[in-house]
Amino acid sequence: MSENMADKTYLSPEQRSEEKRKLNAPMRILLDGVLFENPALRLILGTCPLLAITISAKSSFFMGLAVIFVLVGSEFIISLLKNMIPPKVRIPAFITIIAAFVTIVEFVISAYLPALNDSLSIYIQLIVVNCVVLARAEAFASKRPAHFAALDGFSMGVGFMLALVLIGSIREIVGAGTIFDIGIPIFGKTIFGEVIEPIAFFTSSPGGFFVYGLLICLSQVVMRQIEKNRKHKTNALNQPITSGSGCSSCGACPMADLKAESGVK
Amino acid sequence: MKLQVSNSPHVRDDITTSSIMRDVVIALMPATVFSGYMFGLRAILMVLVSVLSCLVFEYVSRKIMKRNNTLYDMSALVTGILLALNMPANLPFYMLILAAFFAIVVVKQFFGGLGNNFVNPAIAARIFLVISFPKYMSTWTVRSGTFNFFDSLKGADLVSSATPLAGMADLVSSATPAMDVSSLVIGHKDDLPSLLSMFLGERAGSIGEVSILALLIGAAYLFARKVITPAIPVAYLGSFTLLVLLFGHSPIYDVLSSDTFSWSLLANAFYEPAYMLCSGGIVLGAFFMATDYVTSPLTNKGRVIFGIGCGLLTFLMRYYSNMPGGVSFAIILMNILTPHIDRVTMKKPFGGLAHERR
Repeated sequence: MSENMADKTYLSPEQRSEEKRKLNAPMRILLDGVLFENPALRLILGTCPLLAITISAKSSFFMGLAVIFVLVGSEFIISLLKNMIPPKVRIPAFITIIAAFVTIVEFVISAYLPALNDSLSIYIQLIVVNCVVLARAEAFASKRPAHFAALDGFSMGVGFMLALVLIGSIREIVGAGTIFDIGIPIFGKTIFGEVIEPIAFFTSSPGGFFVYGLLICLSQVVMRQIEKNRKHKTNALNQPITSGSGCSSCGACPMADLKAESGVK
Repeated sequence: MKLQVSNSPHVRDDITTSSIMRDVVIALMPATVFSGYMFGLRAILMVLVSVLSCLVFEYVSRKIMKRNNTLYDMSALVTGILLALNMPANLPFYMLILAAFFAIVVVKQFFGGLGNNFVNPAIAARIFLVISFPKYMSTWTVRSGTFNFFDSLKGADLVSSATPLAGMADLVSSATPAMDVSSLVIGHKDDLPSLLSMFLGERAGSIGEVSILALLIGAAYLFARKVITPAIPVAYLGSFTLLVLLFGHSPIYDVLSSDTFSWSLLANAFYEPAYMLCSGGIVLGAFFMATDYVTSPLTNKGRVIFGIGCGLLTFLMRYYSNMPGGVSFAIILMNILTPHIDRVTMKKPFGGLAHERR
């Protein structure tokens, strides 16, 4: 019993966060997909459709929806079939499953939203080889239970869509002077008799790279800050343990906080 | 006597970044003054706005990034002047400020400041504007009638050249797809400004590029002060001239092989390259932009390669593409190739081992 206790108290911060991760996995999966492992901004996956599609917020939004559907569906099915697929042919098998969902999306869009079909054109079909979908199938769905896989697909898809819409909105506002095809009043107004024109650079592909790069940079800064705060917290929690006081119920002891504050090492 | 032990270098020159930049600023003055004469006070105002915003952006961005203040190396000043000289006279001021932001913050400071920019900031900013506001960047004005100091402030006496005949004059600015210009040079000699007025600068175009004479005066100063070496400009302009002579619309080959040889025919063959050299921004680019220390090769051999590449690309873009601004695209492409040129033409240090070829 005492051995067990000792094991629990002498966990490293990494192990502790791993423990935490296992405890509330669904919440963790959701947060990872949207924030900590955002496929577009943190994992840098699916760059090709991202740069091509984000010319307008509207097409970004619908592209995001399509990716969510494909991700959820394919991850769920792949996770169900993970024990039946021989490892050697898993990639072709994954792609076949993904392609089935992409075909559904493509048929639905061309039947009900022909205009959107024109603007997204080839990029809907290219979801088949989108690295986000394939990477999640390989890294997550082929290893975890089906309900978690579907959740991961949803969170990754939402994360991807949020990044797409963010980049798409910035590029559309600055580059074309509209947002979801609605005009922004500051463009076209005159200040000092000069017409304020939207900056067409941002609708071109160099502009796409530019906005994408800036957002990656921004997400790095934010994540670093979050990481710092978290480390600070875990350090404070582990202070008494590393101080070697030998008290096994240290975490619950009110003295622990005091020690952490006074900076005992 | 006290002996001091120190590392090399032991002999120091008093050339500094700021002294070089000061020379460049002085060399750009004739062209700047001429732009004021040609396009009115608005041109001078543009230079001031551009310089001021470049300095402010440099200072503020360095401050935010917690780097030391580099205003005194005057590189931002040079970028500001070059940037304004590359713009048409009626460009709205906010676009100029936007270009200054792009040049200083995005191209220069994002990559680590002076010495780390991979392309020339002024050219990159010009291309940024060409992509963003093609309409504004290709609306050129020529001065009409007498010069009026106060009207010129508003740019009122700058008539946009939309009429057919003035349009011909407009064609010789760097905004025109140069493939049209080059074919016009042969057929419509009389409708276009004369070679002399092209040389002196009585034509439409970016405010700093029009007067070849003023630019050459500045370039001569730079040569005299040994700020730039002739390798890049000579290779650039030379290869361009040669290419126009050989593959232009009146190739020298036709003249020499025709049955009725005459000196005037031969002179005609040289008219086109001369006209092409005087039009657009090629002289400004060759002497002031392509020679930028940071973005051009280090060895003379490399510089010749760099210049020839610029000449070739400018020729191709002027004769076979419908994009204006062949010069800026040519220089920026060669800027990107510069590290590779440097690697190929690197000198073997004395006593050092030759690099192994794989």
